[in-house]
Amino acid sequence: PAFGLFLFTIARDPLRIIILIAGAFFWLVSLLLSSLIWFIAVKASDPRDEPLQKGLLIFGVMFSVLLQEAFRFLYYKLLRKAIEGLVALSEDGCSPISIQQMAYVAGVGFGLMSGAFSMINLLADALGPGTVGIHGDSQLYFLTSAFMTMVLIFLHTFWGILFFHGCEHRRWWEITAVVVMHLAVSGSTFCNPLYVGSLVPSYLLMATAAVWAYQLSGGSAQNLRRFLLCKS
Amino acid sequence: MITFMNNSDSEEEPCNERTSLMSAESPPVPSYQDGLQASEAGEAQARRKRRTGSSRSPNNIADGEMSDSGVPVRGSALENEEEELTLKYGAKHVIMLFVPVTLCMIVVVATIKSVRFYTEKNGQLIYTPFSEDTPSVGQRLLNSVLNTIIMISVIVVMTVFLVVLYKYRCYKFIHGWLILSSLMLLFLFTYIYLGEVLKTYNVAMDYPTLFLVIWNFGAVGMICIHWKGPLQLQQAYLIMISALMALVFIKYLPEWSAWVILGAISIYDLMAVLCPKGPLRMLVETAQERNEPIFPALIYSSAMMWTVGMAKPDTAARGSSQQTWDAAEDGRQNHRSPSHADSQMSETRGPVPTHPITSLEELEEEERGVKLGLGDFIFYSVLVGKAAATASGDWNTTLACFVAILIGLCLTLLLLAVFKKALPALPISITFGLVFYFSTDNLVRPFMDTLASHQLYI
Repeated sequence: PAFGLFLFTIARDPLRIIILIAGAFFWLVSLLLSSLIWFIAVKASDPRDEPLQKGLLIFGVMFSVLLQEAFRFLYYKLLRKAIEGLVALSEDGCSPISIQQMAYVAGVGFGLMSGAFSMINLLADALGPGTVGIHGDSQLYFLTSAFMTMVLIFLHTFWGILFFHGCEHRRWWEITAVVVMHLAVSGSTFCNPLYVGSLVPSYLLMATAAVWAYQLSGGSAQNLRRFLLCKS
Repeated sequence: MITFMNNSDSEEEPCNERTSLMSAESPPVPSYQDGLQASEAGEAQARRKRRTGSSRSPNNIADGEMSDSGVPVRGSALENEEEELTLKYGAKHVIMLFVPVTLCMIVVVATIKSVRFYTEKNGQLIYTPFSEDTPSVGQRLLNSVLNTIIMISVIVVMTVFLVVLYKYRCYKFIHGWLILSSLMLLFLFTYIYLGEVLKTYNVAMDYPTLFLVIWNFGAVGMICIHWKGPLQLQQAYLIMISALMALVFIKYLPEWSAWVILGAISIYDLMAVLCPKGPLRMLVETAQERNEPIFPALIYSSAMMWTVGMAKPDTAARGSSQQTWDAAEDGRQNHRSPSHADSQMSETRGPVPTHPITSLEELEEEERGVKLGLGDFIFYSVLVGKAAATASGDWNTTLACFVAILIGLCLTLLLLAVFKKALPALPISITFGLVFYFSTDNLVRPFMDTLASHQLYI
């Protein structure tokens, strides 16, 4: 579905593609830095100590989440400057792309990259021979991974919109809400393989974020009804 | 087949020597690009503003692009229109370069992942004589550095040779050389490639059919690239040629040498293009002085220029498009004949020289494109292909390198609009790509693997 989003909404406009790739790049850099930190921590600690390793992993995850949000903020700053430039250069004084569109595209960029990194090795292995969960792990591994990835991509998109909106209007509580949500989602995955603990809250959070973002973008229940019933 | 390949490679060496080095072995290297100034200027300007938030100077862009390559300086009244047009086309041109680079990389990665032939080590090129099978790390490093030095010196010699030929107007020689190398590339490498692909998928094909297919492919390719043909077909051929060359490199360059060569080539590219005495810069300037396009077979051009309503409409339009095609062909050939390729490939010039007179009203109908040297395509694909072939983190690393290269390309185009002259396209992208490759392979991979095994998500 995320790829479908990309095709229908982003692939038409070249500026959006560039913003998308840049967003993916920023996410990648944040991932790089967070894994660097984790790597150093692991190397510096005792590899045989199991609980410590798990603790380090949790620390790594949280740190990575915080770093991702920090990079989202940096990206927001960059896009603000870009909008000023585009407005100045365009012929009728308004930018060819609005900050909300940019927020959406940036969110999709983040989401796609994070989803790709989570899923792609899995997909490659899924093509090969083998049985899922033969060692007593859950048999639903692939399925739940797929759903989790999808929800994460959508969440990134919505968080992008919310985050940029919060930065635009200086509402700090929106930004903190996004960060808290991200932490919550990542934290809920710690319950894996007890899937009900991670998937259900994630989907609930996604629904909440979706409604919120929709409202922020100017939609309403009326618009939705009109769209669905194909009225003009 | 394996031994045959080795023999054929060594046989090619004498041929190469005689015809001054077929590109098969040596990389046509540094490419720089000189993008379309009008559009890029606008786009790059926008980006630059985004980056630096500095004050604008729209007039500069308009001026810069106007006065390039002998285009008559337009009145200032029209500069504003130009500028607006360039803005409109700005992002579009970046995408026009994204798409072929992406396609080339996809072809290379797909082949590497599926056809095992290209990851087996069956001998090395004569240009990298030192083997990397030595037991000690220091020895291996030394060997790879020596390999790199030899390869780079070959490229430098070839480039200088090409520039000298160009300066002394030995056009026939150059053309013959390009044609010969493109012949070889189109027929021989395609034959090998097809053979390997068919082997992988266990599809039987008889020789007559194969001969027919390859003959058609090669003949159409030759015509398309060296003469006239639909733009998209020509672009497709250029992409395929670049992918084939990149595959050859991936196969025949030993591991560490490949990385060191990539790094050294970007440094060489930087120097060759920017230094006043650099061969590539001299080539571009000479071509600009003479108001000629650079050899088409070495350059990929994203759009053709056609102007309607010129003084001599039909012939002029056809002439210009021919020239653009020629430019693309040169780029391709360039890359085929290594010696040649170096300078030619790398050059991406502005679209302009072919159209000295362009009526202003027709400007809206002009589709100007960006030109990128084929060497750029090849080395980007080599980087991504090597990442796909040798990284243990598989797709993550490949994806990271891909994004890094695209971002590098964006930045280079941005700089291009700022500086408005031929720029090396390799350094920034290759640097990003190398950094991301090594860091992703060593740092990110263990992190992601651990996360995935616990099914944690960040």
